[in-house]
Amino acid sequence: MSDGAVRASVPVDERLRSSIMRRLGRSLHVRHLDAGSCNGCDWEIAALLDPYHDVQRLGIDFVASPRHADLLLVTGIMTRNLADAARRTYEAMPEPRLVVALGACAISGGVFRGTYAGSDGVAETLPVDVLVPGCPPRPEAIIEGILVAVGRLDVRRAGRQAT
Amino acid sequence: MTTSRRAAASLEAGAGRASRDGGRGAHEQPAVCDRAAALASLEDRLGHAVEASGSDDEVVVAVSGAELPRAVEAMTALGATHVMFLGMDLRGLDPDGGLAVEEVLATPGGPLVRLRAPLSPERPSHPSLTGLVPAAAWDERESHDLFGIEPSGHPDLRPLVIHEPIEGLPHPLLRAPLASCEPRPPRPFRAFVAHGEGVYELPVGPIHAGIIEPGHFRFSAVGESVLHLDARLFYTHRGIEKLVEGRTFEQALAIVERACGVCTVTHATAYSRAVERLTGTEAPPRARAARVLLAEMERLYNHVGDLGNICAGVGFHFGTSRLGWQKERLLRLNEGLTGHRYLTGMVAPGGLRLDLDGAAVTALASAVDGIDHDVRAIVRRLVRSDSFMGRLHGTGVVTAATARRLGAVGVAARASGLATDLRVDRPTDAYAEIDVPVVTHATGDVAARFHVRAQEALVSSAIVRELAGRLPDGPIRVPPARVAEPGTSTLAGAEGPRGASWLWLMAGRDGRVERLHLRSGSFADWPVVAAAVPGNLVPDFPLINKSFELCYACTDR
Ligand code: SF4
Repeated sequence: MSDGAVRASVPVDERLRSSIMRRLGRSLHVRHLDAGSCNGCDWEIAALLDPYHDVQRLGIDFVASPRHADLLLVTGIMTRNLADAARRTYEAMPEPRLVVALGACAISGGVFRGTYAGSDGVAETLPVDVLVPGCPPRPEAIIEGILVAVGRLDVRRAGRQAT
Repeated sequence: MTTSRRAAASLEAGAGRASRDGGRGAHEQPAVCDRAAALASLEDRLGHAVEASGSDDEVVVAVSGAELPRAVEAMTALGATHVMFLGMDLRGLDPDGGLAVEEVLATPGGPLVRLRAPLSPERPSHPSLTGLVPAAAWDERESHDLFGIEPSGHPDLRPLVIHEPIEGLPHPLLRAPLASCEPRPPRPFRAFVAHGEGVYELPVGPIHAGIIEPGHFRFSAVGESVLHLDARLFYTHRGIEKLVEGRTFEQALAIVERACGVCTVTHATAYSRAVERLTGTEAPPRARAARVLLAEMERLYNHVGDLGNICAGVGFHFGTSRLGWQKERLLRLNEGLTGHRYLTGMVAPGGLRLDLDGAAVTALASAVDGIDHDVRAIVRRLVRSDSFMGRLHGTGVVTAATARRLGAVGVAARASGLATDLRVDRPTDAYAEIDVPVVTHATGDVAARFHVRAQEALVSSAIVRELAGRLPDGPIRVPPARVAEPGTSTLAGAEGPRGASWLWLMAGRDGRVERLHLRSGSFADWPVVAAAVPGNLVPDFPLINKSFELCYACTDR
């Protein structure tokens, strides 16, 4: 199994690991939220945990409760049927909380733009920090997106001290 | 176990259709029914001549709303099974066209029979079919939500698709308001729960503690045992059927195939075949073979991924991680073949949008062979683990009778002994030229679904290897032979990883979509999951759920 040795994007991995350690001094806790996706983006998130990508080695943990989460990874257009539960999930997270909109749907509604059944992206409902384009974004792109989001923690904390 | 052993044996031998009907349980009638027999039975039951149109494999019969139940009885008496029920608003093409409903049944070995009943736009209603065909329960609730069509006598008319009424849009798929249409009073969701001493309610979701899609489950439990399960789904309802209205067939494709991101080939194929039927087009040989190759790659990565998920449901990480690894290898093969890890953007009306990558096709057989070898080795180790199999045996049992009553499809049906598979029952594209053994199992439990999936993964891998070696040369796509006649409609199906997926399509003006309805395999199987859970432990629910591997996105649309 020679392909078993392939490792995704080594430099990004290293930067992410050290960025998380430097800013949090512990692992980054991520909560996934499917707000009306086609399931494609969600499979790519699940792929982050397979032995190829294994993001736990970088200090990223997917948690069950939003109360434990630093970052909300949102997929899908934000449907009417889910908007309320999504808002409550976000509100349950402790500050500083980050929101990553993952995939074309979460960014703009994607191919479902203009539907009666939801909004054109997550930003109409939640304050989004980082957009990760793709349909779906590859696992490497998601890792990159999380790296950018972790960098925003400084801005968030600075903002909070200023107020 | 016998049937799957037989399938495995025939696989090993590398030849033979293990069962076009060989795997059919003795209880199923192999009777074949043709168009004439179907019409004769209908006329006999209704007591008058009926007006029928359509082709030999698809008959449209006009009935009145009041006659629907009797017409359905005439069909089920012949052994026909429910395919879908849908509402439609025909006023888009003709202001006096009114509304209509259609119940589609598949006769055994014969045509699809579409019973079309026109309804008045004043107060559209028809007698509910749910008592006769329990599988129609959700379809009727859906057409009630989307069109305001009332199935009178329906036992459970809670909102299904539209949780809260949308202001100014009480029934989003109507072309114009109904004369009678009062704004719908908000109906809060009330779960059906059991009452009694020691019974407690356990609400779970809609947002779950993992990387999974949203759905709300309400368990009524005594101690650790589930007495009753009620589910509220459709949290990922994106209104696809409305979105595609008025778009060209080409534009609608991108939306339809994303009904589900991990069944894109299935949905794109059913859709493309429907468009081809409406435009009298036939895809060229290379495309017809490539579609089958892609469909089997889709089944393969889904089945391998789900075998891993079943391990996760048990908490057996060896299997989760080893099979997750194999799934990723398959996704990478997909990317090499098509440029997309989930095969999106390939299948299109008239053939394929893009050709398969030549070098990737050449390397495919040996790559899949290597994965096949590893999957077999992993599954062998899982099956030898008593503690693992102990959780699977006897958990989440669905009897053949329940599966038939609720209209189960796909792995859920075959693991309960029903030998149904569209690849064999109604073969399209290159399936007509290859042997597909139908894998069945008798016990209907999680273990049965595990075995069926494992065997089917090997069948898929054999088909991929065979086709990769003999893909015909030639063009990959032909233009439509004609513009679809406005108002004509048809159905096409495809057997996906989650069972038979059916797509109903009506052409509008200038080759655009007038009405599209997608009944995915997951939509058909959800009520079966709810029936599999009572009597099991609450903590076994995730395992049972994973063994069905239904997709919320293709259910909710
Ligand atoms: S961005 Fe693409 S893959 Fe992701 S949910 Fe939307 S349609 Fe699916």
